[in-house]
Amino acid sequence: MTQPILRIEDLSISFSSPDEADIEAVRQVDLTLTPGKTLALVGESGCGKSVTARAVLRLLDANARIPHGRILFQPEGSEPTDIARLKPDSLALRAIRGNQIAMIFQEPMSSLSPVHTIGDQIDEMVLIHERVNRKQARARTVALLDQVGIPGAKERADAYPFELSGGLRQRAMIAMALACTPRLLIADEPTTALDVTTQAQILDLLRQLQADFGMAMLFITHDLGVVAEIADEVAVMYLGDVVEQGNVFDVFRAPQHPYTQALMNSIPKMARKADRVRLNPIKGTVPAPKDRPEGCAFTSRCPHAFGPCASERPARTVVGEGHHARCHLLTRQTEEALA
Amino acid sequence: MLSFIIRRTIVMVLTLIAVSIVAFAIIQLPPGDYLTSYIASLSATGDQVDPRVIENLRNQYGLGQPFYIQYFKWITGVVQGNFGHSFEWKRPVWELIWGRLGNSVMVEGLAVLVMWLIALPIGIYAAVRKYSLGDYLATIAGFIGLAVPNFFFALILMYLAYVWFGTTMGGLFSPEFETARWSLPRLWDFFTHAWAPVLVLATSGTAELIRILRANLLDELKKPYVTTARAKGLPEWKVILKYPVRLALNPLVSTIGWLLPALVSGSVIVSVVMNLPTAGPMLLRSLTTQDMYLAGAIILLLSVLTVVGTLISDILLAWIDPRIRYGSK
Repeated sequence: MTQPILRIEDLSISFSSPDEADIEAVRQVDLTLTPGKTLALVGESGCGKSVTARAVLRLLDANARIPHGRILFQPEGSEPTDIARLKPDSLALRAIRGNQIAMIFQEPMSSLSPVHTIGDQIDEMVLIHERVNRKQARARTVALLDQVGIPGAKERADAYPFELSGGLRQRAMIAMALACTPRLLIADEPTTALDVTTQAQILDLLRQLQADFGMAMLFITHDLGVVAEIADEVAVMYLGDVVEQGNVFDVFRAPQHPYTQALMNSIPKMARKADRVRLNPIKGTVPAPKDRPEGCAFTSRCPHAFGPCASERPARTVVGEGHHARCHLLTRQTEEALA
Repeated sequence: MLSFIIRRTIVMVLTLIAVSIVAFAIIQLPPGDYLTSYIASLSATGDQVDPRVIENLRNQYGLGQPFYIQYFKWITGVVQGNFGHSFEWKRPVWELIWGRLGNSVMVEGLAVLVMWLIALPIGIYAAVRKYSLGDYLATIAGFIGLAVPNFFFALILMYLAYVWFGTTMGGLFSPEFETARWSLPRLWDFFTHAWAPVLVLATSGTAELIRILRANLLDELKKPYVTTARAKGLPEWKVILKYPVRLALNPLVSTIGWLLPALVSGSVIVSVVMNLPTAGPMLLRSLTTQDMYLAGAIILLLSVLTVVGTLISDILLAWIDPRIRYGSK
């Protein structure tokens, strides 16, 4: 098995505000990413998946802190760096940003500067990290734009973002992220703002590019269809906790955590009229982080909640090869089996 | 871009024609004309005027004719570079105003420059370090700058200069340089005099600029493209200067145009207080004495300044913001 390139261990992120108590947006996140593989991080809005992704590049606002946990980045053949301990504007971190770990954002319109050409913005990425002149940088840019499937790459490099369609803009964004052949690509809901056809094209493109570049990918989404399309592994987040991580086939076929099970049940299935069943929604609503149960965050909505759930945090239990879940039910079952 | 400039220039000329008509009409609005106020001032001193002399004068200047004929006479002269004769000064208008207008443009241009030089770094600092001590200090200083009337600030400065240094402030030149040609010593003399009025004129503008820049920049700093720039590995100061500051400046650039005329009309009181030989006090005087050709010329030139300034800021804006440049097709 290849060595993981990024290990997030027991990460927690909290936000302070002047007139409220601190909010722990991310409480307990463990993730492992391996080169050439895609890990999809799924969860509802506000569960902390974007915050987790941004924490990897330390792009969080000034009021965010990382009270504990490690973000270990280890490119092949080098010592691991704990990104969580680097200063956000330090040289060490800036050498990683864009160069080793690159990021694609959700809204391709507002994520590109409206007053600089696409080419300028991609050139800049190359110029920051590599000793090349402007001409060489532009040549690379045009090659990249061509590679991400933008027709007329040479002319389009001189276009401004508002002159391109949403799909083309996201392609340009991808070209920018890949400019320095990063080891890890973080894609924060890259297809959410696009229509379905474009979405499929972008997913194909990302898969293709991953095969070409051999990088690891952390893919943030709330769309289980997209997960099935692109991911090798999936991690499910609920209210700041990663409740389950595993191979995408295992997790989809045999979800272990009640939240994952409930998610899978909420996907509509194509069926004949006679065979149709009502969708089974998850009861209740997501509580605010300050009302989160001390133990498992899902307790308040879990149909199987029992004794220890509300007060004790469930341990990370191995349920299969590379398949983990955090649920008291799993440990109880093993205890019963042992007894 | 070229067609953009040409179109704007045509619009500019049309605007100027309209402005000249309105300006002339307003100058004519008060009852009577220069001769009426001339007679009034003569009678006040007890002199008698022969009505026939007055009638002759009136015919000579064409004051009895209808408005449009007077306007036409005036404007054809202006187009040929002849701004007419000042009744009060008995000299050609052009001779009177060009030095004063030059002083105005110089003092107020410097004020604009100072405004931007001070406001730019402070505004950026206040936005980037929001709610820091420096931000609060900038805010407080800004509000004081906005709240204190210019002429009052000028008075305070003059008072302090007199009490502390024993010098009297006022004017733009020392007497020996008043009519001298431009030279290095004269320039130096100008600066030693001009710093005070420039400072006075720049205060409220600077304060306003800081507030606007801070607000604009705070909006821009939240935009996703700033995060993108950070994610590239750019150093923080470069991220800020290259992206959000660049965008926060756009709305400010569009205001450069009307800054100049606003300063000229706003500086009248300061000019009177500090005894500056600028266009403002002369305009005021010419309006009260109904010296219509002089007033008309100053107003016309001010509006030329406004319109040209607006054109310049439009072109600047189109130059720095591609969304405007391409949207105008």
